[in-house]
Amino acid sequence: MNYFIIGFYALVIGASSLAAYYQKRTAFLLLFSLTLVSFVMGIVGGEAMLWSVTILAGLIAFSAGVSYSFREFLVIILPADAAKEMRTAPLTAGFGLFVIFTYAISGIFAPIIAPYGEAEVISSAFAPADENMLLGADQLGRDMFSRIIYGARNTVGLALLATILAFVMGATAGLYAATKGGKLDQLLGRIVDVIMSIPSLIFSLLLLSIFGTNTATLIIVIAIIYAPRVFRLARSVGGNVVVMDYIEAAKLRGEGTWYLIRKEILPNSTAPLIAEFGLEFCFVFLLVAGLSFLGLGIQPPTADWGSMVRENATLISFGEITPLIPAGAIALLTVAVNFVVDWMLYRSSGLKE
Amino acid sequence: MTQDKSVLLNIKNLRIEGYSDENWIEIVHGIDLTLHRGEVMGLIGESGAGKSTIGLAAMGFTRDGCRISEGSSIEFDGMELTTTPAADLQSLRGARIAYVAQSAAASFNPAHKLIDQHTEAPLQYRIQKRLESQEDAMELYERLRLPNPREIGFRYPHQVSGGQLQRAMTAMAMACRPDLIIFDEPTTALDVTTQIEVLSAIRDIVDQFNTAALYITHDLAVVAQMADVIKVLLKGDEVEEADTRTMLEHPKDDYTKSLWAVRDFKKEQVPRPADTVPLISVKNVDASYGDTPVLYDVSFDIYSGMTVAVVGESGSGKSTTARCITGLLPPTKGEVLFQGTPLPPDYRDRTKDQLRQAQMIYQMADTALNPKVKISEIIGRPAQFYSGLHGPALKNRVDELLDLIELDPSQYYNRYPPELSGGQKQRIGIARSLAAEPTFIICDEVTSALDQLVAEGILRLLDKLQKELNLAYMFITHDLATVRSIADEVVVMQYGKVVEQGPKDVMFTPPHHEYTDLLLSSVPEMDPDWLTTLLEERGVDDMGEVEKNK
Repeated sequence: MNYFIIGFYALVIGASSLAAYYQKRTAFLLLFSLTLVSFVMGIVGGEAMLWSVTILAGLIAFSAGVSYSFREFLVIILPADAAKEMRTAPLTAGFGLFVIFTYAISGIFAPIIAPYGEAEVISSAFAPADENMLLGADQLGRDMFSRIIYGARNTVGLALLATILAFVMGATAGLYAATKGGKLDQLLGRIVDVIMSIPSLIFSLLLLSIFGTNTATLIIVIAIIYAPRVFRLARSVGGNVVVMDYIEAAKLRGEGTWYLIRKEILPNSTAPLIAEFGLEFCFVFLLVAGLSFLGLGIQPPTADWGSMVRENATLISFGEITPLIPAGAIALLTVAVNFVVDWMLYRSSGLKE
Repeated sequence: MTQDKSVLLNIKNLRIEGYSDENWIEIVHGIDLTLHRGEVMGLIGESGAGKSTIGLAAMGFTRDGCRISEGSSIEFDGMELTTTPAADLQSLRGARIAYVAQSAAASFNPAHKLIDQHTEAPLQYRIQKRLESQEDAMELYERLRLPNPREIGFRYPHQVSGGQLQRAMTAMAMACRPDLIIFDEPTTALDVTTQIEVLSAIRDIVDQFNTAALYITHDLAVVAQMADVIKVLLKGDEVEEADTRTMLEHPKDDYTKSLWAVRDFKKEQVPRPADTVPLISVKNVDASYGDTPVLYDVSFDIYSGMTVAVVGESGSGKSTTARCITGLLPPTKGEVLFQGTPLPPDYRDRTKDQLRQAQMIYQMADTALNPKVKISEIIGRPAQFYSGLHGPALKNRVDELLDLIELDPSQYYNRYPPELSGGQKQRIGIARSLAAEPTFIICDEVTSALDQLVAEGILRLLDKLQKELNLAYMFITHDLATVRSIADEVVVMQYGKVVEQGPKDVMFTPPHHEYTDLLLSSVPEMDPDWLTTLLEERGVDDMGEVEKNK
């Protein structure tokens, strides 16, 4: 037994007893389950395992701290209304916002932040990390860290544009079909069925090999593949709104279809559409990454997280974590976006219904 | 049989708190209540008075987000419910305390037969075997005068009518012969003719089994028939309590007096103007939904400045007639004339000016106002759309309209509908229709979702506006009290046909058409003997007749 182990157990048990004494229910449950888990961990994995438990707990505490400070920061700098919303936001939302904020900054200011260019070869292939390269080099000797930062700009920017385009197309068509009904609704519905019946990866491969793989085509193809899901959602949500008396009142007033969609139906359908946006964004993101992995997405030497995973995949067999870094970047953004979307949903469903 | 009259339920200093905006806010402020065996107490008050909350608390239950405060005491037959463990409370409910909800249609499980739901509680508490319990259910159905008492239980909830369902629910509450039943607005959702059947059935069965009951309602006339004692509530406080006759004859508190006075409002009847063209004229209109015909040869006239009330039970075609006039449902035969010229049957073919002339006010203000649009825009849009107002002129017009409906513009201008009360929402609905500067407004059950005091305010407002702006109203309602107070002419509809029509004074004096008579006599009056007298006049067997007619 060394001092670390004794100190570790003393700390968790002491903390859980304190929580129990002060009747902090959730804190106690959390701390005491940590105690129980570390008993098992200590027996199975010895001191090394306890270290990793400590580091993990530290990481969680650190991100909670960052989220908390970032939320407070937003409360101070935002105007009064928005600040009030932020004050009641959960920590997860603060974390999500912080991650998105960081990604946005690194994407926008990529040339300033990144120490090297995205296509610049600066050392030998697969060189390990040193004082010049924070995360080592890739298969051609380019700086991994710089490429991750440029990747934020390329991958996220493309996914965002594609998702927005998919939403504009899908939501407009869906709400239009819901408002008009009848033959037009049937026609749009069947077109959507056809698109959805083809597996999305195969369909995109097909379209991309026909039209070539430049960025504009890529965005449009992805938008076309994802618009049908948005269409279905928008149509069903819109269908529930269209039967309301206020729509009837607006129709009897003689309002046009476009006014009905924009002013009466859309504001009442935003909550599910925003939720879907968060979800679709992640799917689009993964599809872009997947396409890049297959070599049909963003073309080299442009940095892109998906292709970075593929190019460095061989390193996995040597026990290196390099290919996991871009994968982790994708995962982190996915989680962050969903945290924020969850919060927005909670807000819109809880407050003014 | 000597009936036990000991104290059954004794509530002392009941305080209930609700959680909202991260604070516990007291919603019931120290109510005392004593109920003896076999006694029926009416709890009466407007929405938000805490009636239902108190009713549920009598079962030791609170809704999610509510809690009973320290120091409250609910004693049921010697048992303190506030300190009883949840499991013991659970075994009381259904067995010794039962609950009858407002909407039987929403409270029955549509996937099971009535009798299976009926026998659930007795089986669970092992009071009866399944066959015994079914036998008992049939007996109760018979006592509640349900048709075919031996078979009706084997139907599914959607296969019986609303009134029958409400009675089946009362039978279900009786299944374990509870000591206490809580009726939460059991007849509010029913037509007047059906309401009578349910009321008399409930009254008889409560009497037969010496059951105590809490009868929660906002309808004074109903409570006068049912209750031995009435307790008036206002915003979680008790206003006064007295036995029914004393309360009706000598209300003490001002609030109670104002509740009693609601039905006093009567507008002066206006005669038809001579030799003018009617504003709206419905001529021999037939209409159908798909292949199902719903209107047969409906004709009536509405003159400007007059109110025509269209009366009938649900399903009689009142609202369908309104849809034909507005053009939402083009009639299959006949036509609608506006100042002598025919209107295009489909609203899409009408001109902006034709659309402007006829406006609608809806029953459910909740669904009639877009929850995501500001009040200023809801009212401003028609003014902008028809008159082309914008900028300061539009704002002035909206302020003017808000003044007209007696809401303070500075306070409501930027609010959203969900932040308003039911009555305020209905006022906004009225303002929206006025913004178009119409000559004719269809009011579709505009007061039936509102409390009586609020409803009266709306009626007075409509009357005031009519005088100021010379509007014509088509007033769709099933509530004859409303008709008495606001109508000039009455049209009675049944099964999609006009049964009788004429000026109000003529319509309300005998002789009537058979159906008009039934409708009129079914409206509860404030006299506690009304139901008894009526049932004697009609004879109990008559109730079956009414059922068959439906």
